[in-house]
Amino acid sequence: MVATWHFALLLSVLLMVSRGLANEVTPDHGVDTSISEPAAGNETQSQHNTTGDSGHAGGHGGEPITTLPIVTWKWHHVSTPYLVALWILVSWLCKLVIEANHHVTNVIPESALLICFGFILGGMVWGADKVQTFTLTPTVFFFYLLPQIILDAGYFMPNKLFFGNMGAILIYAIIGTCWNAASLGLSLWGCHKGGAMGDLDIGLLQYLLFGSLMAAVDPVAVIAVFEQVHVNEVLFILVFGESLLNDGVTVVLFNVFDAFVSLGGSQIDAVEIIKGIISFFVVAFGGSLLGFVFGLLVSLLTRCTKNIQIIEPGFIFVLGYLAYLTAEMLSLSAILSIVFCGVCCQKYINANMDEKSVSTVRYTMKVLANGSETMIFVFLGISAIDKTIWVWNTGFILLTLLFIMVYRFIGVFFLTWILNRYRLVPIGFIDQVIMSYGGLRGAVAYGLAVMLDENKIKEKNLMISTTLIVVYFTVIFQGITMKPLVTWLKVKRAAVTELTLIEKVQNKVFDHVLVAIEDISGQIGHNYMRDKWNYFEEKWMSWALMKPSVRKSRDHVFSVFHQLNLKDAMSYVAEGERRGSLEFIRNESAFIDFKKKFGDEFSEAMPDIMANMSDDHGAASDRRRDPVPSVSLEMHEQTMKGMRETEDINTHHLLQQHLYKGRKQHRHRYSRSHFDVNKDENEVQEIFQRTMRSRLESFKSAKMGVAPPKTISKYSKKDQQQKMPNGKSLDRSKSYYSGDEDFEFSEGDSASGYDASGSTFPMRVTYRAGAGIENPAFMPDMDPMTPIQIPPWLMEAELDSGMVAPSQRAQVRLPWTPSNLRRLAPFRASAQSNDSFMLADAPATQQRDDEELPPPPSPPPPPSNRDGGYM
Amino acid sequence: MGSSSSSMDHIPNAEELMQETGFSAAHLLRLYERFEFLDKDQTGELRPEDFGAIGGLALNPIGDRIISAFFSPGQETVDFPSFVRVLAHFRPNGTNRTRNGTQQEPVNSRTRKLKFAFQLYDQDRDGKISRAELLQVLRAMLGIQVTEEQLQSIAERAIQEADLDRDDAISFDEFKKVQQVSPHPQTPTKETPLHPTEGGR
Repeated sequence: MVATWHFALLLSVLLMVSRGLANEVTPDHGVDTSISEPAAGNETQSQHNTTGDSGHAGGHGGEPITTLPIVTWKWHHVSTPYLVALWILVSWLCKLVIEANHHVTNVIPESALLICFGFILGGMVWGADKVQTFTLTPTVFFFYLLPQIILDAGYFMPNKLFFGNMGAILIYAIIGTCWNAASLGLSLWGCHKGGAMGDLDIGLLQYLLFGSLMAAVDPVAVIAVFEQVHVNEVLFILVFGESLLNDGVTVVLFNVFDAFVSLGGSQIDAVEIIKGIISFFVVAFGGSLLGFVFGLLVSLLTRCTKNIQIIEPGFIFVLGYLAYLTAEMLSLSAILSIVFCGVCCQKYINANMDEKSVSTVRYTMKVLANGSETMIFVFLGISAIDKTIWVWNTGFILLTLLFIMVYRFIGVFFLTWILNRYRLVPIGFIDQVIMSYGGLRGAVAYGLAVMLDENKIKEKNLMISTTLIVVYFTVIFQGITMKPLVTWLKVKRAAVTELTLIEKVQNKVFDHVLVAIEDISGQIGHNYMRDKWNYFEEKWMSWALMKPSVRKSRDHVFSVFHQLNLKDAMSYVAEGERRGSLEFIRNESAFIDFKKKFGDEFSEAMPDIMANMSDDHGAASDRRRDPVPSVSLEMHEQTMKGMRETEDINTHHLLQQHLYKGRKQHRHRYSRSHFDVNKDENEVQEIFQRTMRSRLESFKSAKMGVAPPKTISKYSKKDQQQKMPNGKSLDRSKSYYSGDEDFEFSEGDSASGYDASGSTFPMRVTYRAGAGIENPAFMPDMDPMTPIQIPPWLMEAELDSGMVAPSQRAQVRLPWTPSNLRRLAPFRASAQSNDSFMLADAPATQQRDDEELPPPPSPPPPPSNRDGGYM
Repeated sequence: MGSSSSSMDHIPNAEELMQETGFSAAHLLRLYERFEFLDKDQTGELRPEDFGAIGGLALNPIGDRIISAFFSPGQETVDFPSFVRVLAHFRPNGTNRTRNGTQQEPVNSRTRKLKFAFQLYDQDRDGKISRAELLQVLRAMLGIQVTEEQLQSIAERAIQEADLDRDDAISFDEFKKVQQVSPHPQTPTKETPLHPTEGGR
């Protein structure tokens, strides 16, 4: 039902698009569009052939008007961005329709279906225009669609696994790709000479150029297929890492051969070839280095963005994109650059940024990457429906397909054979088969093929058609058969693991043991190197790139502990909420949701074991569904799976609301930086506001040799009266407090004082009575102390309210925001006004502007207050 | 590395050791050189101090435990055969090359490796990792970053996870089970690459 509706919607949108086109196709001179029209479109519609600028100007009255138009039709004014937006919408709707039909996606991978949708859409456009108005152009692909996908891959790279298998990945990516390119080019050339494909105007260099563009396994296609197959993580990282890096390699190769073709065969001598090889390495390593530099830059930048948290996530995208463009500008490998930018910065930015920002980055990354992946596939399909590009040459096309398969198998088996001599855990035969079979080609090859220069390569269209055929064949046919093959060959699937603390501890012990044994046996091995790197990283990189506040509590064992605790706390809350009883907590489904959500949100505490995290996600969503790769780079997959169930959404909602229950755990991480405390636990602020004030007073006076109890009374009493209206929140905070002994307001008197203030009125009365008794006795002491604690800037204006200056301001604001008082007042009163404030959820957000615009004549809360409070 | 150019003849009971541990002659030779290098005063036996002199080991948070694993209880020194036997725990268990040891429990089997690790915790050798013992290891590894009470709750939690029979301690069987239930990505590296070809990677 739903799918039908969606489809109807899609069609209507499509109709709009094509009608818009048929009526008034607009020229497209801007590069910032994902829809570029071929020259033919411009010519046939030359009457509209105004430039983009004049199009804009025309909208504002290029011609004299006779009367005031109430509304005008200004299609040209908006056409380009409008079409871009429409196409994005259409592509995403395609995905929506596809994902609504589960039984189909179980058999046919999504990427294949998207291509098929592209066929249909392309057919419609063709039918309306008699010309393919929209195709995927290299500019759009390489500048606007590809970067975010690669950045996403780099950012979510399971670093440990990646660098652990770095040797193998590099060998596959560099040697394997060169092998593929050379063998395909030479074999085709040989077949050509042998007369297998008739009369073609292609020389050896052109064949090699073609080979180089066909050589690379495409990361987009590979992720799209492999993420649904769930192979074991080593196999996954090998295929994925290879596809990612060899994209860089293949672009480099392509450029080198392109230059050779331009030079012409006669000009190429040994010097040029050597220059080509040197340029290959310079481009590849230069690009990686550049990415590394940009990664460090991002990390450094996020060290100091705490005051602009709202746009903090944007830096990652902007700098990542700049890394890409800079590399492109220097003719270095842009893909490698952005990969390494993502890989390098992930640990530090996850640690440096606020956790909300981290989840923003993660989700935005997924939205962008997934969105453009969808568009790429759809447009790959659309591009095919174009009579002008199709040149059929059976020999050429079939031989290309054959050679690609054969040489891929040969290359993988040969390289694996070499690698296995050095690998501790060899790559098995079945894994090799899957690796070979997973050699999917994709949009990168197509993009490169379209970039070919028609003047230099006469058979450009044949190459494009062949590339398209290869892409369709590999993505659709191999994509469909991959899953049955994996099942049939019984490929080791991703292990379903549950994150346990003891295991983490154990692995840590093993690490140490291995290093020690290497020390003892005098061998400098893998573990030794890793240990040295870790040491270096810990000592220097973290020092330079991480905020001091987050550097401390970063031990893995500890973060697992933290994470597990969070998980428990979350499930505890949610189940309590949902069922009213905690019996349900034993049900595993509860754990699943929490892991998933909070894995995302809190994994910045443990970037190094991110692999475990996603592992964990996988394991989690697994229980009731398919197995999921234990290292999944596609977090969106699990998220989406989860989202399909309203139950999950509910849970998420509950989580957001009740995050504060985790404060027991938060405290560990945040207590060291006052700034971060209670960041997302709004309600805890209330507890703090109440108990801290009283605790502080007692603490200080205890230091000064005065008995604690007296202080409570004076200040908190006043405050109580302010806060009593919000009875509900008091109730809540009270129950949290009492449920959580770990919160360490250890001294009985203040605790009771707190409890009293939080509970019903009669109790409060008794409390006040107690205070009344104590107060007079100690009052003389109090007065000399007060001025010390009130900073000078507070003295004049707010002395009357004593210590609680901020809450007085909150009080002042009361008339504006009665509904928010409950939330705001505690914030203002607390030491962390701004940040916790920004993170307050919905109702508070409206208020934020008001609050922040007049820069608060900000009385920074007494410093002693904080220190005492959190230590 | 070794000061003397030792050959197989210098190694006592070389054949026996090779059979027992599965090391090849080349390995054994290399280890012997290393042994002699560590044995500063040429007594033919290593004392804990000799191990302590290794630079990297001093930095290792559980270095002293690992050192003490080389010494059988009550002994102050370790001779070459024992040295090799301990190291043999860490020989890769041959999925690829060496299948010789499968008939009886080979010294580098998974169980023996785990046993070795288990003994690092189990300092009083009562066959159980008590909470205190776990806490010691944790304290060594986590260091100053974490407060004592956090450490305690971590230990508490870890014990709970593994403790199947609720005796508030981890027996070897439980320990083994934890590691088997969840094959961690890291487990492969648990076998230290003593094979010469590994060193080059």
